[in-house]
Amino acid sequence: MLSLASADYDAIRLSVKVALTATVLSLPFGFLFAYLMTFVRFRGKAFLEVLVNLPLTLPPVVIGYLLLLSLGKNGWLGPLFDRLGIQLIFTWKAAVIASAVVGFPLLVRSIRIGMESIDRQLIHASRTLGAGGLDTLFTVVLPLSRHGIVAGSSLMLARSLGEFGATIIVAGNIPGVTQTIPLAIYDYAGSPQGESAALALCLVAIVISVVVLTCHELLSRRLTRRD
Amino acid sequence: MELKMAVEKTHGDFNLQTDFTLTGEHIGIFGSSGSGKSTLVGLLAGLATPDRGEISLDGECLFSSSRHIDLPPQRRRIGIVFQQAFLFPHLSVEANLFYGYKRCDPKYRTIDPQALISVLRLEGLLKRGVNNLSGGEKQRVALGRAILSNPRLLLMDEPLSALDDTLKFQIVDYLRAASERFHIPYLFISHSLLEIRLMTERVLSVAQGRVVGLATPEELARQRMGHSQVGYINLLKVEPLRKLGGMTVYRWGTSELFVSGGDDRPDAMFELSSRDIILVKKHPEAVSARNLLKCTVVDTFPSGNKVGVELACGSETLIAEVVMQAADDLAIQAQTEIYAVVKASSFRRLG
Repeated sequence: MLSLASADYDAIRLSVKVALTATVLSLPFGFLFAYLMTFVRFRGKAFLEVLVNLPLTLPPVVIGYLLLLSLGKNGWLGPLFDRLGIQLIFTWKAAVIASAVVGFPLLVRSIRIGMESIDRQLIHASRTLGAGGLDTLFTVVLPLSRHGIVAGSSLMLARSLGEFGATIIVAGNIPGVTQTIPLAIYDYAGSPQGESAALALCLVAIVISVVVLTCHELLSRRLTRRD
Repeated sequence: MELKMAVEKTHGDFNLQTDFTLTGEHIGIFGSSGSGKSTLVGLLAGLATPDRGEISLDGECLFSSSRHIDLPPQRRRIGIVFQQAFLFPHLSVEANLFYGYKRCDPKYRTIDPQALISVLRLEGLLKRGVNNLSGGEKQRVALGRAILSNPRLLLMDEPLSALDDTLKFQIVDYLRAASERFHIPYLFISHSLLEIRLMTERVLSVAQGRVVGLATPEELARQRMGHSQVGYINLLKVEPLRKLGGMTVYRWGTSELFVSGGDDRPDAMFELSSRDIILVKKHPEAVSARNLLKCTVVDTFPSGNKVGVELACGSETLIAEVVMQAADDLAIQAQTEIYAVVKASSFRRLG
C-alpha cells in the first residue's frame, strides 16, 4: 500500500515552493539576459554565453560545490550575506539558488528562441513610431516572446522539481527544512523499508511533472489560438 | 522639407558616400537593388549610424560625427513605411494605428485620426487582428500607423514592391490621397521608375553607394529610355466613352483611344511603351491598328542608339522611339506633322 508520511508532505510542499520561487525569481533576469544576448552587441558576449550555459554541461554536484564555496562563510559572497543577516547555506533559500543556477540556461535558451523569431523590422518600426528602447522592450519584444517565456518557465520549473546534485551539496538533506522530493526518495532508497515510500513519492513527482507539462501545453495552445 | 545628408558608411564590401541637399515635398530615391537606397533610409531614420558626416532635416541636426550628435529614432520624427507592412502581430488594427499616435508629443498631433481612417478606408477593420488582413489592407494600416505618428518626414521604402499590380495602384491612390490631405512630405524609395513617376516630383538617382543624379522623374525616364528593356512608358489618363466590339473607346485629352478589352471604370490609367508606337509621315489608306493619332513633333532627343520623339497629340504628350535611320528617312524634326499608329492591344491598364 502506497502512502505518504507527514515528512513526505513537507518534501512535496518544499519542492513546489523551491521550484516556483526559483522560476519566478529567475524570470526577469532570464528575460533581460536573453534580450541582451539576442539584440545587443557587446564585447565578451561569447564568454558570457559560455558562462551561463555551463550548468547545462557541468555535473550538478560541481555546481553545488562551487556554490558552497562562494556562499559559505569563507566564500566571496558568504560574508556579504552574513553582514545583511541572511543565512543561505543549508536553508531552503540555498535550494532555490541551486535550482535557479541549474535551470537558468534552459530558461534563457527558450526565451532566446522566442526572441530570435521576432523580425528586427518590427523593432525598427516601433522605434520610428516614437518608442524608446525600454518602451519597445515591453510593448513589442515582451509580448512577442511570450511563447518562449512560457516554454522556458515550464522547463525551468520541471528542472527545478527534479534538482538533486547541487541542492544536496549546498542545502543539505534536512527533513522538513531542505529535503525536497528527490532528496527524500534518495533517503528512502537507501533504507531497507523505504521502497513503498520511495515509490509513492515517485508517483507524486510524476503527477506534478504531468501537471506542469499539461499547463504548459494548454497555455501554449491558448497563446497560439490568440495569435 | 529640406534634407541635407553628407555621410559615409561602410558595411562589409559596401561603401556609401553621399553629399546632397534635397528640397521639396515629394521626392524619390531611385536605384537598383544593392545601390544603397535602404542604407540611406536606415541612416536617415537613425536605425543605423554613419561612420562619419552630418544629417540635418529642416535645419535640425539629426546626426553629426564632429559634434557627437546622434538623435535616436524616436526623437527624429521620421516615419517609415516598409516593403512589408510589419504590423505588430499581437495588436489589433486599431492598436497598431494608434501605437505611434499615443507616443507623439501632443503639440505635434496635427492629424485627425478619424479623418485618416476614413481616407484609408479602415473603419471596418479597426477591431480586427492583423494576421488575417489582405496584403493591401496590411499596407494601408502600415501607412496609417506611420502617418498617425505625425512625422515631419515619411520614408516609404519600396512600399509597393510586395504587392501585385492591381493592389499596387490602389495603394498608390491611398498614398497620394493621404499625403495630399495631410500635407506630409515624403521620400519615396523604389527601384521602379513607374512608381517613382507616379509618386514624386523630383528624384535622386543612386548607384553603387553614390548619388548619380537629381532630376524630375520625367527627365530620368527619358534619360533611361535607351537603356530600358521596355523603352519609355507613356502614362495615359483616360475616361471611358463607349464599348465597341471587343474594345472600349476612351477619351484621352482631345483624342479618342481604342483599347482591347477595357471597362467602364472612370479615371483609368494605361501605360503604353514608346516601342509600341509606329510613326508614319502620311495618313495611311488602310491600317489594322485601331489608333491613328495625328500629332506634331515637339522635340527629338538621343537615347542610346535610338532617337526619342516627343509628340503633341492634341492636348496630350506622347514619347515614341525610333531607330536613327528611321528618324532620318522620315526627316523627323520639331514642328513636323506625323501620325502615331498604335494597336488597340498595346495598352496595359494600371490598377
